[in-house]
Amino acid sequence: MIQARLRKSFPAREDSSGFSLDLEFTAAAGVTVLFGPSGSGKTLVLDSIAGFVRPDEGRILVDDDLLYDGATGVHLPPQARHCGYVFQKYALFPHMTLRENLAFAVEHLARLERHRRVNESLEKFRLTESAGLRPHEVSGGQRQRCSIARALIGSPKILLLDEPSQGLDAPLRSELYDVLRQVRADFKTPILLVTHDLDECFELGEEMLVLYEGRLVQSGPPRKILDQPANLEVARLLGAFNLLPGEIRSLDPGRNTSKLRVGEFDLDGPYFPGKLLGDRVTLCVRPEQLSTTARNGRPGPNQLPTELKRALETPHGMRLEFDNGVLVDLARADYDRLRDTKEWVIQFPSTTLRIL
Amino acid sequence: MPIDWFPLWLSLRVAFVSTAIALAAGLWLAYLLANRTFRGKEVLDAAVTLPLVLPPTVLGYYLLVLIGRASPFGKLWESVFGSPLVFTWKAAVVAALLHSLPLTVKSARAALESVDRSYERAARTLGASEWRLFWRVTFPIARRPIYAAAALAFARSLGDFGVTLMVAGNIPGRTQTVAVAIYDAVESGNNSLALTLVIVVSVVALIILTIANRLEPAVVRR
Repeated sequence: MIQARLRKSFPAREDSSGFSLDLEFTAAAGVTVLFGPSGSGKTLVLDSIAGFVRPDEGRILVDDDLLYDGATGVHLPPQARHCGYVFQKYALFPHMTLRENLAFAVEHLARLERHRRVNESLEKFRLTESAGLRPHEVSGGQRQRCSIARALIGSPKILLLDEPSQGLDAPLRSELYDVLRQVRADFKTPILLVTHDLDECFELGEEMLVLYEGRLVQSGPPRKILDQPANLEVARLLGAFNLLPGEIRSLDPGRNTSKLRVGEFDLDGPYFPGKLLGDRVTLCVRPEQLSTTARNGRPGPNQLPTELKRALETPHGMRLEFDNGVLVDLARADYDRLRDTKEWVIQFPSTTLRIL
Repeated sequence: MPIDWFPLWLSLRVAFVSTAIALAAGLWLAYLLANRTFRGKEVLDAAVTLPLVLPPTVLGYYLLVLIGRASPFGKLWESVFGSPLVFTWKAAVVAALLHSLPLTVKSARAALESVDRSYERAARTLGASEWRLFWRVTFPIARRPIYAAAALAFARSLGDFGVTLMVAGNIPGRTQTVAVAIYDAVESGNNSLALTLVIVVSVVALIILTIANRLEPAVVRR
């Protein structure tokens, strides 16, 4: 369990504009993902927890240990914080074997105990075979496992990972996710992981913290955040939405319905509490929530007629981009059936329509 | 005529002692320069480098003022050890240090600064004290260029002439190093002795520089 309240500002300089970090969060056991674009302060949060950076104000509490407290001037050195840290490039000591890398972390223990712990860890992370090799002599996957094993061998109170999948190819990436899921199951250590990859949040995260320009803009389970981004900023950061400007034309709380004007067409939606007639809003809908068909006479309810701009192949199927900027995801087979269509309509959902 | 090898042994001894001191002091200074921020840091770096560019007479003069029998340091030395420092082989060590220290400080600073900071951060999160992290992580990773610099410093110490002559003098059998002996031999027309010593010194220096070169590639592997 970690509770953190952090504030740190960097004044603007000639070569950089100023930056300030100001956020508060708690993370319990399991994986908490710090998600945000580069420059949002994610790594600064990790570094403050690990003790590499001293915040200006705030308080960091891990379990019952006070690591930092601005008010009383407590600022433990990294050595005293018991935080496991997995660095972007692993930072395995190049002149030591994998076994020595692990042993380095438990040197304070008695010899027999140390030996037992190292062997146990080597076994758990499937490194026994390569224990006598140096980091540059083993595979990327082994390096990765070794760096996680090294961070965990001293039984830290929290495990911090700084963009662990950065620059990894797909197989290594999925291996990493397997290892981390294993760690989540085997160790009680809370895991705080920094990433700017949305897929990673879904692979691993039970909780997700969305950071933008040093502020926490939304938190919750990844699924929930994707279903209901708190605001336009979050929706843009997640990068997976069609965002269409619209205007509220009618609201009926009794029937739980509404009408939204988008371009020249009206769409039906649910009642939007807290909105007024005439409010300008942004319609927020994911490409996979939309479907599309060939236009057949007058467009039906919640259908938007448009023309296809281009169709792109993706690993999952087809992504169609329409003239009005809307993106729609479609299965390959469905697209093959529709490919000669000249006039299209996009079918919007009505009850799950979201606005921001 | 049998050749007097004393100057060569003396030079080797002087070079060895001065290199050892330069390595220890250089590493300490380099650590400060690489890891700490303090006022006058770059001035200190420049002051350490100064002997590389000043003429030997200037350096010799400074040393005579600083460690001569009349100076506070010279008096202190004499009261502790019972004999003066100048015009002994130990003064030759000090003279050699002037040139070996800049070499080790400069290279060690560059080598220490080139070590990826994440290794040190990792060691800290794993509970290592600053002392342990330096000797077990930073230094081993940076050691090759530092050893190369030490070899270079050794070779440089071996051949010091001007400063040595001014502070250690030219006392045969006591402070006459090989460089001074060669000068002496040439001056007194003993060409065969000069030639022998010249060849020996060149070969020794060549061997050391070859070793330095083989150490040089800063192997900081990931």
